Amino acid sequence: MSDYAISVRDLGKQYRIGGRPSGYRTLRDALAGGLRRLGRRVEDDRQNMIWALRDVTFDVRQGGVLGIIGKNGAGKSTLLKILARVTEPSTGEAHIAGRVGSLLEVGTGFHPELTGRENIYLNGAILGMKRAEIDTKFEEIVAFAEVERFIDTPIKHYSSGMNLRLAFSVAAHLEPEILVVDEVLAVGDAEFQRKCLGKMNDVAREGRTVLFVSHDMSAILRLTEEAIVLQNGRIALRAPSEEAVDFYMTSGMSEVGEHLWDRNAPGVSAAAPFRPLALRVLNPEGKPADRVLASDDFKIEFEYELDEPVKGLRIGIYLYTSRGEPVFTSFDTDDPQAYAQHEVRAAGRFRSRCQIPALFLNEGRFVLGVNASTFKIRSYFTDEHALSFSVDGTGAPGSQWAERRRGPLRPQLAWSIAEAVP
Amino acid sequence: MTAADQPVPVTVIRPSRGWGGLDFGELWHFRELLYFLTWRDIKVRYKQTLLGAAWAILKPFFSMVIFTIIFGRLAGIPTDGVPPAVFYFTGLLPWVLFQDGITKASSSLVTGRSLVTKVYFPRLVVPLSSILAGLVDFLLASVVLVGMMLFYRVPPSASIWTLPLFLLLVLVTGLGVGLWLSALNVAYRDIGYITPFIVQAWMYASPVAYSATLIPQGWGQLAYGLNPMAGVIQGFRWAVLGVGQPSVGLLGLSTLVAFLVLISGVLYFRRMERTFADIV
Repeated sequence: MSDYAISVRDLGKQYRIGGRPSGYRTLRDALAGGLRRLGRRVEDDRQNMIWALRDVTFDVRQGGVLGIIGKNGAGKSTLLKILARVTEPSTGEAHIAGRVGSLLEVGTGFHPELTGRENIYLNGAILGMKRAEIDTKFEEIVAFAEVERFIDTPIKHYSSGMNLRLAFSVAAHLEPEILVVDEVLAVGDAEFQRKCLGKMNDVAREGRTVLFVSHDMSAILRLTEEAIVLQNGRIALRAPSEEAVDFYMTSGMSEVGEHLWDRNAPGVSAAAPFRPLALRVLNPEGKPADRVLASDDFKIEFEYELDEPVKGLRIGIYLYTSRGEPVFTSFDTDDPQAYAQHEVRAAGRFRSRCQIPALFLNEGRFVLGVNASTFKIRSYFTDEHALSFSVDGTGAPGSQWAERRRGPLRPQLAWSIAEAVP
Repeated sequence: MTAADQPVPVTVIRPSRGWGGLDFGELWHFRELLYFLTWRDIKVRYKQTLLGAAWAILKPFFSMVIFTIIFGRLAGIPTDGVPPAVFYFTGLLPWVLFQDGITKASSSLVTGRSLVTKVYFPRLVVPLSSILAGLVDFLLASVVLVGMMLFYRVPPSASIWTLPLFLLLVLVTGLGVGLWLSALNVAYRDIGYITPFIVQAWMYASPVAYSATLIPQGWGQLAYGLNPMAGVIQGFRWAVLGVGQPSVGLLGLSTLVAFLVLISGVLYFRRMERTFADIV
């Protein structure tokens, strides 16, 4: 037990769903629900319960850095909330050695009318710091946040960046035995992100335990050595981070070069009037294929339906490596002419298709995501990891040398070789 | 100092069952948080208002003026031989403390949602700080009361030493009711709409604008004592002005009910506490 900072056994959390999406009820609902329950008995209730987390068991040794990855709704946040004691588990138990500092969301309890100085003390107290502790670290916190000049200004006059820096800075100086980090790095400018990652590295090196949740696979790979993959509330895999990321990026995807959405798939009903139907990788014969040759042109096709005319729609594809590194993003109306021609798409069924040139991608496994949106107005549908496929390096540039090449691209470039004349 | 040098306390997280009592040790551990939350409530209370802390005085003052005109002049309700202005103002002090406390407390968990859903601490700290923050307003208004007593030449009574006890009773009642309302409000937002009516009806059911001595002796007084604020406010006024001494029955019953409300409030709050983060 003592070697482990975190020891989790059969942890589960059940939520009630249905009824009000916002979660709270009015008295009228409670009364009506009570009456209904009289009529329909209890099993009705059981159908409305879902397990956000189920049978989760793992240990993290003292000083370990564990990544937690999973799609939205896989149970990551629920797990962190239980470990931070914000919410109670329904089953199982967890043993936590030491103080847990949670960066579930930085800046908790910040009040816009209070000055930076006042908010540091308030936020510090909320995160569990003693006043004396804040006193000794005050200068450091302010310096890290780079807000020295504005420390006695109400933070409602701060820019959002300053606000965030201050918030992260307080949390980062908490020095708990266990640090729980959830997506804080998704915000802030690049410089500050770098600083935060550095700070987290320091934390880990000081022998403290870190749980790190992120959608940024490169951050997971950089900061963690081991990760667990959550799927539908269960641990699908615990493995070295590279393996876990690979598994996460490609798991659950069919290996036939085609992904179909039915009406009940996540996000589909909310996308109306847009409805995704299929995403395909098409080989030169026009057939869906899991494997394409680097030396062949191939096509990516997204099929969808519009229930009513949509103005300004653009269909995008994202290409990632199996490590989660983005390769490119492309939209079907990137060409202004195409945009003008398809400014309004009528109701009906469409196929947006693009050609990926031969001699462009390196060998390896890739992940395709799709997006349907109108610029800055509405995002109808996004599926970041809809389909994966492999590129076979046969015939790629330089394939006479059997060696693995770096990078996701392997383009045929026009080289010239000439003797340099002095 | 690293984590390995000293044994670290192990926290066990598991589902809790049944009714939980009050964990004083834990509350004590989080006393600084209570201090800072109370301090924040006080600090931001009158931010971006023109008159600032003057509102702490103006609120009971305006009510006092209205009472003086309607109940004193028009209705001619007796004020136990004390100048009406002083009589009403004395009753309004504990009442406003109570009223502001329960109003703020009832919405405290909902407005503090970002705290409740992100950080662990005893949730009781949130409504408790709402109640305590009202003490500053109370002190400011007390200064005005002293001024009024000097102006009207009303001497303080010999029973003034009991004042802290009545003040404590106001806080006990306020916290009890505040705990109930705040916990209920998390699940049922109706509470936000009901609270103003509760407050209004409760004020007329309490001896703020009239004296409890108007209530007939016997069963009437006893029923009246079921309202904890009845004994509290009447007692408060008696402690300050020495008029309208509450009967032992009224006072005893009010005190008993006040503590019952507090105990049941704590129990209910602790029972609901574990679900706050999920449903707020």
